[in-house]
Amino acid sequence: MAASTNNGHFKVIGTRPIRHDGIDKVIGRAKYGADYAFPGMLHGKLLRSPHAHARIKSIKLDKALALPGVKAIITGKDLPKAENKLEQSGEMTVNPHYLSMNILAHDKVLYDGHAIAAVAATSPHIAEEAVLLIEVEYEVLPPVMTVEAAMKPGAAILLDDLRNKEEGDKRTNVAQHYQFKRGDLEAGFKAADYIVEREFTTAMVHQGYIEPHNAVGIYTTDGQATIYCSTQGAFEVRSLSAQVLGVPVGKIKVVPAEIGGGFGGKTTIYLEPLSILLSKMTGAPVKLVMSRSEVLRASGPTSGSKIKVKLGATKDGKLVAAQIWMAYEAGAFPGSPVGAGAMCIIAPYTIENLQIDGYDVVVNRPKTAAYRAPGATNAAFASETIIDELADKCGIDPLEFRINNGVKEGSPQVVGPPFKRIGFIETCEAIKNSDHYKSKLTGKFRGRGVASGFWFNAGMQSSATVNIHTDGTASVVTGSPDIGGSRASMAMITAEVLGLPVTDVRPLVADTDSIGHTDVTGGSRVTFATGMAVYEAAQDAVKQLIERAAKVWEIKPDEIEFRDGAVHAKADGKPPMGIKELAKRLARTGGPITGRASVNARGVGPAFATTCVDVEVDPDTAKVQILRCTVAQDAGKAIHPSYVEGQMQGGTAQGIGWALNEEYFYDDKGILRNIGLLDYRMPTCLDLPMIETAIVEVPNPGHPLGVRGVGEVSIVPPPAAVANAIYDAVGVRMTETPMSPPRLLREILKKLAADDAQSAAAD
Amino acid sequence: MPTAIIPALLRPLTSNRERVAVAGRTVRAVIADLERQFPGLAAHLLDGGEIKPSIAISIDGEIVPGGVLEPVGEHSEVHFIPAIGGGA
Repeated sequence: MAASTNNGHFKVIGTRPIRHDGIDKVIGRAKYGADYAFPGMLHGKLLRSPHAHARIKSIKLDKALALPGVKAIITGKDLPKAENKLEQSGEMTVNPHYLSMNILAHDKVLYDGHAIAAVAATSPHIAEEAVLLIEVEYEVLPPVMTVEAAMKPGAAILLDDLRNKEEGDKRTNVAQHYQFKRGDLEAGFKAADYIVEREFTTAMVHQGYIEPHNAVGIYTTDGQATIYCSTQGAFEVRSLSAQVLGVPVGKIKVVPAEIGGGFGGKTTIYLEPLSILLSKMTGAPVKLVMSRSEVLRASGPTSGSKIKVKLGATKDGKLVAAQIWMAYEAGAFPGSPVGAGAMCIIAPYTIENLQIDGYDVVVNRPKTAAYRAPGATNAAFASETIIDELADKCGIDPLEFRINNGVKEGSPQVVGPPFKRIGFIETCEAIKNSDHYKSKLTGKFRGRGVASGFWFNAGMQSSATVNIHTDGTASVVTGSPDIGGSRASMAMITAEVLGLPVTDVRPLVADTDSIGHTDVTGGSRVTFATGMAVYEAAQDAVKQLIERAAKVWEIKPDEIEFRDGAVHAKADGKPPMGIKELAKRLARTGGPITGRASVNARGVGPAFATTCVDVEVDPDTAKVQILRCTVAQDAGKAIHPSYVEGQMQGGTAQGIGWALNEEYFYDDKGILRNIGLLDYRMPTCLDLPMIETAIVEVPNPGHPLGVRGVGEVSIVPPPAAVANAIYDAVGVRMTETPMSPPRLLREILKKLAADDAQSAAAD
Repeated sequence: MPTAIIPALLRPLTSNRERVAVAGRTVRAVIADLERQFPGLAAHLLDGGEIKPSIAISIDGEIVPGGVLEPVGEHSEVHFIPAIGGGA
């Protein structure tokens, strides 16, 4: 790993302490959602659709209910009618009507694995047996599996109530059209010396978190409910469950368990309201845990897509025009990340003339959920491949081409507003100056590729409290589930402000009754926004410490300053008083000190990453081996460099999996055929080299510590970087993910045949 | 006066004008003035008097969380852009 950070004036920030939650996780004491158990607890299982698209004609529960040990069964009819209206929920927008229909099908099943009924029984085995006894009569309908099929005139319609005003208020599968344009497209392409136009297809892929979804619901007769679950956002689980169940938010408490991966996939709900409803019907706690196949069939992957990109450049390498059409699979209900994809696809570059059209399209696949920089990876696969091709045509180094056209402070974003201080160019330069890029790659069938990526990052609401204990240590409490080492970062920010060793600060993640509202752990926002709340809460504690010292010394607070973990009287020669000493006197100077802060964070700093990858292509099998990979990413300020590197490496590994192997494989009836991790092949440590990292630190002026957020953008460049490396290795431009051996071999053979034909014609 | 930047798909309502000078010192006032100039436009931006959940407001290059209550400067640029969701 090649990482160096400028520690500047910081003492704790920028160091690499051991994570506070590490021991519990290593020895198996950390409590995950499925570990929760309560006396008298029942177990739930779901009946899922065996069809991709069908009308439910009838559901008979008699035989299942008669099975000894079965305590309750619910279907879509047991859920209250939810409002058919888009609502804000954390960083997402949610239509409660569709959310309810996704949790339990109402009158139609819309994908293989769509939940139809939920059973609660005295054991998981009895619940499974009861599921098999439920009789459902279906009217099978034609499945609509791709955006092309769904957008065709006369396509089977998935949702009877989905209308598109642009299409004359007709029934449609196109839920939304986005458009961005500026300049004069025609004039732009006229000015271009080189124009490259290609069509790309990306496969639907899953986040691949190891821990399946789970929930334990406890409903008590006073109308209060508690949910224990694995989630990226306890407050989102609370508000979404309240909407689906038609109960006030204040009646539900959500306790976030330790989380075994999420990557965006755990920002919504599946089992949580069912656990409450079953608990209400039975009077017992009810636990539901998905199997791996249920996770793949019925939780939210990210969209597959079809993208057409046409870019023009002058011969000296200036990008002058972009015309882009993109359609993303939303899954069974509206809400793909195509809008974000459209805003990301050429975000790293200044292009005066552009038009981007994006379409959100429903298909008979599971409703998509967020996945690390949602929408941006599909988009960059297309645009960054063409950027590479244009650089090649212009005879310019691909990094120089990116630097020459790259956005900087003041450059307009796709949607119009100018960027504030950003570090895109710096990520390209970091790769250009890396040992990796400077090294010579030799050998047959080997190639090198680079690509860049952009992600917005998010702000939103966070709360924090910092408690000063009587021995001068502290605890910091937030509502952000820790999915990437954020406990350590929150403790480090607290320690930095209070001048304490980080081991003297205990970080905690609280439930929804124990901390102020905190939006989801997503959008790379925790270190940025929750970090901002922690910073302000710690400053609030410092202010109170100064006030207490003023009482002790009988001087005014403004005659005291706080530094290096101690209060200092500015004027006279009083010896400084450290927090530990002052903490002993809290009871007699006003009582305990709790610093508090809540923010709706402004000043979000966007993130850029640039990746360089070397590959070797097996000429016989077309298997691609990653030889070396380096990622440079602008972190703003790396609070804990090891966890920043971990995010960069994790995102890169997922991006490589997306590039080479991962795909949802449906048969012609719309049934998912790869429902386990042997067949849904994610990269393992045996598939990848150590991913080298270069942390770029261009401080975000909108954050007191310069933080941007680092959790997502590193997933964006790898598919395009791998495609560009494959081209460098074997001369084939890949336009479809995954670039698996059968697909690549087909393209290599096509190229060989074309080369032979050309040679024969020349002879 | 502040300037409102009209999203591409709504430009048919503003005679294809991308940039519109508007009176107002809050987002609510800016939208009210847009509606005065281009009747029917507000319905694409507001739902029940609040900014639609599918829309984010950017003022002078920064996404702002205050919705219709957000203050607007004398020379501010107000953009209406799609709201986004994140993942990690």
